Amino acid sequence: MKSNRLSQVYASVLIDAVYQMRNYPITLVSNVLAPFSVLVLILLVSHGYLLSVSIEGALITSMISGGVNLQIDLSHMKNDFKLQDMLVSSPTSAFAYTLGMGVAALTNALPALAVLTVLSFIFIHATPLGALTVLCVFALMFAFSVALGFMLSTFSTDIQQNRAFVSILTIMLATIAPIYYPITYIPDAIRFLAYFSPATYAAEIAQNAIGHLQLSQLNLAVDWVVLVAVCFVLFVLAVKKSHWRDP
Amino acid sequence: MANTIECRNLTKRYGNEPPALADVTLSVETNGTFALLGRNGAGKTTLIRILATELAPTSGEASINGMDVLRDAKRIREQIAVMPQEARLVPWLTPRQTIYSYLLYRGFGRREAASKVSDALAKLGLGQYENVVNRRLSGGVKRRVLMSTILATEARILFVDEPTTGLDPLIRADLWKTLNELKKTHFIFLTTHYLEEAERLADKIGILENGRLLSLGTLDQLRSVVKYQVSIRIMHGASPFETKVGEVVRSADGSTQIFTTEEEADRLTEQLVREKKRFSIYPISLEDIFYYLVRKPIEEDTRRGPENGSVIHEEQ
Repeated sequence: MKSNRLSQVYASVLIDAVYQMRNYPITLVSNVLAPFSVLVLILLVSHGYLLSVSIEGALITSMISGGVNLQIDLSHMKNDFKLQDMLVSSPTSAFAYTLGMGVAALTNALPALAVLTVLSFIFIHATPLGALTVLCVFALMFAFSVALGFMLSTFSTDIQQNRAFVSILTIMLATIAPIYYPITYIPDAIRFLAYFSPATYAAEIAQNAIGHLQLSQLNLAVDWVVLVAVCFVLFVLAVKKSHWRDP
Repeated sequence: MANTIECRNLTKRYGNEPPALADVTLSVETNGTFALLGRNGAGKTTLIRILATELAPTSGEASINGMDVLRDAKRIREQIAVMPQEARLVPWLTPRQTIYSYLLYRGFGRREAASKVSDALAKLGLGQYENVVNRRLSGGVKRRVLMSTILATEARILFVDEPTTGLDPLIRADLWKTLNELKKTHFIFLTTHYLEEAERLADKIGILENGRLLSLGTLDQLRSVVKYQVSIRIMHGASPFETKVGEVVRSADGSTQIFTTEEEADRLTEQLVREKKRFSIYPISLEDIFYYLVRKPIEEDTRRGPENGSVIHEEQ
């Protein structure tokens, strides 16, 4: 019996990204527009001052959306189509399936990422080291959100639970975290709340890398440690706690 | 070579609820089709999901052709394909894309998968629908695409969980034809709550009720469980009726079922005709066996009505 892992990854990309955009072109339009709503809002409110931060914020949002969308799609495939049941009882591995769905989420984000990357080149003048740092942060945010999305999807049994997970994730990752503006814009009294979100640490590192925030070496180190640790813990949890075969 | 499915003291509990499967022990050695028959909630899906390595049992053991569902799950998964109950096609894919993607998931290379898709579609007469988006297909075609999807694999053991539930009788008959063809080359483990489905398709039948296996065997072996050869069903409004030889089961709907011998059936029919009762009479069927064992009809909508029996007299 064959066991071509690349084929298994490719299958998810086809189902959840390529075929979807090809057969339902409206999803392509939606994928391009998704990260721009808050970006435009921040841009208007700040009279253009926060343009570079909000472009970067939109990029981080795209990475986070990958995980949130992954959770929605995985739950949908599992609960509504029973696709996961068909795959659990086949030679498909949980890792190949999840990786494939993660790559599919990234593929769905590509149109928006392409536009945002062009805007970044035009409006964000980061050093090569700064750009590399931002890329690392994006990669970590993506990995983090994929691990979280996969784990939550395996616990979700219906659309209501799914909605609840999405709502909590959105608040945790996008609302309380200062992604589109510097953390200094949050009043001191409630600033601590932002640090409950891993996205805050990512945003701080990224904003520091493009010169919009001046962090001390210690703060920067703490941000990296927290971000990497959260990613690591989530991956371990995802591997240990998520259910491929139902318990 | 015959396929063997074995369960030993298999139990599954979901939290504190009564067990979905309670200490099920069975050994099935057969080719063709094995049908697990039971009412809704009897535990059929739980058993099929454990055997298909989708669900872990709470206790006990289960194996397919000697491979343990927990220890040898990887090997089992290479040899089986499953069509889950309530499986639905992803609406934005076409049948071709559906089957192709599933084959990729199973580890086939792109070229090999592409070549198998056409064969699978042709086998179930789906060629004309191959590029139509799934959401536009009729219910019957959708079900055939699902069947075609698991058929396209190299799996020789197919688990099919209530494949015809909710389909109209014509489409159901069409799928039965397909399943009867398939059993020549595959071993099919089928669950159903349609008695007629089990009767038509199965080489061996297991009857499950409240998570317990009540009976197992060929239709003839199951018939021998019931000591009588004839079933008489007296319709609604019948007065209390007794028989000298046999058993009388009164249903909540007001009808009366009598299981009896051929001689006693002759005597009873004469009496029923004299009393101008409305009744039907036919040889013991799977429905009667089920009724006899479970003492409840399998489901009102799936019960064999008098039109399928030989009605010999109706009250004028």
